[in-house]
Amino acid sequence: MQAVLPRAWETPVPAKPDNIVEVRGLSKFYGSFEALKEIDLDFPRGELISLLGPSGCGKTTLLKMIAGLLQPTAGQVLVKGKPVTGPGPERAFVFQDFALMPWATVIRNVAFGLELRGMPKAQRHEIARRYIAEVGLAGFEERYPHELSGGMRQRVGLARALAVDADVLLMDEPFSAVDEQTRRKFQEDLLSLRRVQRKTFIFVTHSIEEAVYVSDRIVLLSRRPGRVSRIIEPDIPRDGTPDEIRRDRRYLDTIEDIWDGLKRFVD
Amino acid sequence: MTLFGHRVPMMSSLLVWCLLWELIGRLDLMFLVPPFTAVLAAMVELVQSRQFLAATAITLRSFAVGMALAIVVGVALGVLMGRFRAADRLLGMWVNLFVSAPLSALVPILMILFGLGDTTIIATVFMFAVWIIVLDTQAGVKHISGSLVEMSKSFGAKPRDVYLKILLWAALPEILAGIRLGMIRGVKGVVIGQLLVSVIGYGELFELYSRNFLMERFWALTILVFAFAILVSELVGAIEKRIEYYAGVRQ
Ligand SMILES: Nc1ncnc2c1ncn2[C@@H]1O[C@H](COP(=O)(O)OP(=O)(O)OP(=O)(O)O)[C@@H](O)[C@H]1O
Ligand SMILES: [Mg+2]
Repeated sequence: MQAVLPRAWETPVPAKPDNIVEVRGLSKFYGSFEALKEIDLDFPRGELISLLGPSGCGKTTLLKMIAGLLQPTAGQVLVKGKPVTGPGPERAFVFQDFALMPWATVIRNVAFGLELRGMPKAQRHEIARRYIAEVGLAGFEERYPHELSGGMRQRVGLARALAVDADVLLMDEPFSAVDEQTRRKFQEDLLSLRRVQRKTFIFVTHSIEEAVYVSDRIVLLSRRPGRVSRIIEPDIPRDGTPDEIRRDRRYLDTIEDIWDGLKRFVD
Repeated sequence: MTLFGHRVPMMSSLLVWCLLWELIGRLDLMFLVPPFTAVLAAMVELVQSRQFLAATAITLRSFAVGMALAIVVGVALGVLMGRFRAADRLLGMWVNLFVSAPLSALVPILMILFGLGDTTIIATVFMFAVWIIVLDTQAGVKHISGSLVEMSKSFGAKPRDVYLKILLWAALPEILAGIRLGMIRGVKGVVIGQLLVSVIGYGELFELYSRNFLMERFWALTILVFAFAILVSELVGAIEKRIEYYAGVRQ
């Protein structure tokens, strides 16, 4: 006689995309100034999504509310389906100004998130060492931040965010304080990081080229108040060399397209 | 410094003053000023005397205890006032008043409160040192940019972590500057306290020497106390230098 097996797995699952972060009706007032107005956004797991928009349109505000560092005036953020009430271990932040502790060595800075979780020193240093190597800073473990260049400091900030093994990396203009060459190197690193790490990146930038170059999806924000004006999924070939990609028609057209949209706000 | 086209070392100006002192002493113009060499001889004698060693022990202990209290209370109050507007409103006025008030005037009150003993000296050191530590700590904590605090919170720091792992460290250059200034004031406090109480430590010795016109000893003790004050401030200054690098690079 044949046993009756539970057949739950056969029930049809609705083809609902797996959104790791959902933003629902999010608004933010600073006093009477409306910085963001009714933002609704989905961030699919494993994608690199850029928030792009003119200065002051509320990109940082939005990112910090996702991080749980700022309280929204209305609406909510869901991470893995749960409402955000504050920072959490499934999100890690990369700061525009690096936010490294100047009194601590590189390795202590990188291990800081783990230190706060109470992980023993030997263990957290081992993990930190691995990520320091991953961002290309092996050999600099015992240096202090003021002994590093801006680009190296941001790598420390990145390693610190990677070390806590969060699912979502929130990056606020991480490359804006470094020179153009370093910036391009960073963009390559970010792309290869995205290939090896199964993480979701939410990436703030005000460079159209950068957004188009690295993103799976670009959220265009408009200003006063900040709202979502468009969502673009650039269809860029990823198999060429950086130079080939930057000369690709579709890459250039996407940039042109976004520019045309943004011009309306500049005027 | 140059003299007649020749470079002379810094300390030589001190030598000139010592020579002048010696001369005036030899001339026997005032009984208040014995020759410098006599003072030096008295100093050698003094530092070997049991009296002096006992007074030094008492003085150092009162100073250390008073300073320790001033540092703990001063830093705690300063952090509180730097973080909370309400604490600043409540205490700021008093701290600013006391930091520049002639505190010696209050020592007699301490004497009534704590008696003619160690406790009064400790309280005097504390009262002299604590306010500047509060002010400097507050200034340090206030000017920390939010970014490090925000960073620690984003990585799950509890309030306790924010204070112990971020705020105290970020404000360390100012805190140390406050402690250095506090120590200089504390030395004043210990001397003034002992002079006013005048039955313990150096105060007792000063009283003894001046009443019996032992001017060599009086000056020897004065020089030693001055040297101690300079030593203390140099010591903290050296610690300060070691962390100076990050006052400038702090975000
Ligand atoms: N703490 C605050 N208090 C008052 N207004 C604020 C505050 N923070 C931001 N704002 C205002 O809210 C708006 C959005 O700020 P936000 O920093 O999010 O912009 P942004 O898109 O990140 O700009 P940028 O590209 O310059 O970094 C701005 O107009 C800013 O002046
Ligand atoms: Mg910003």
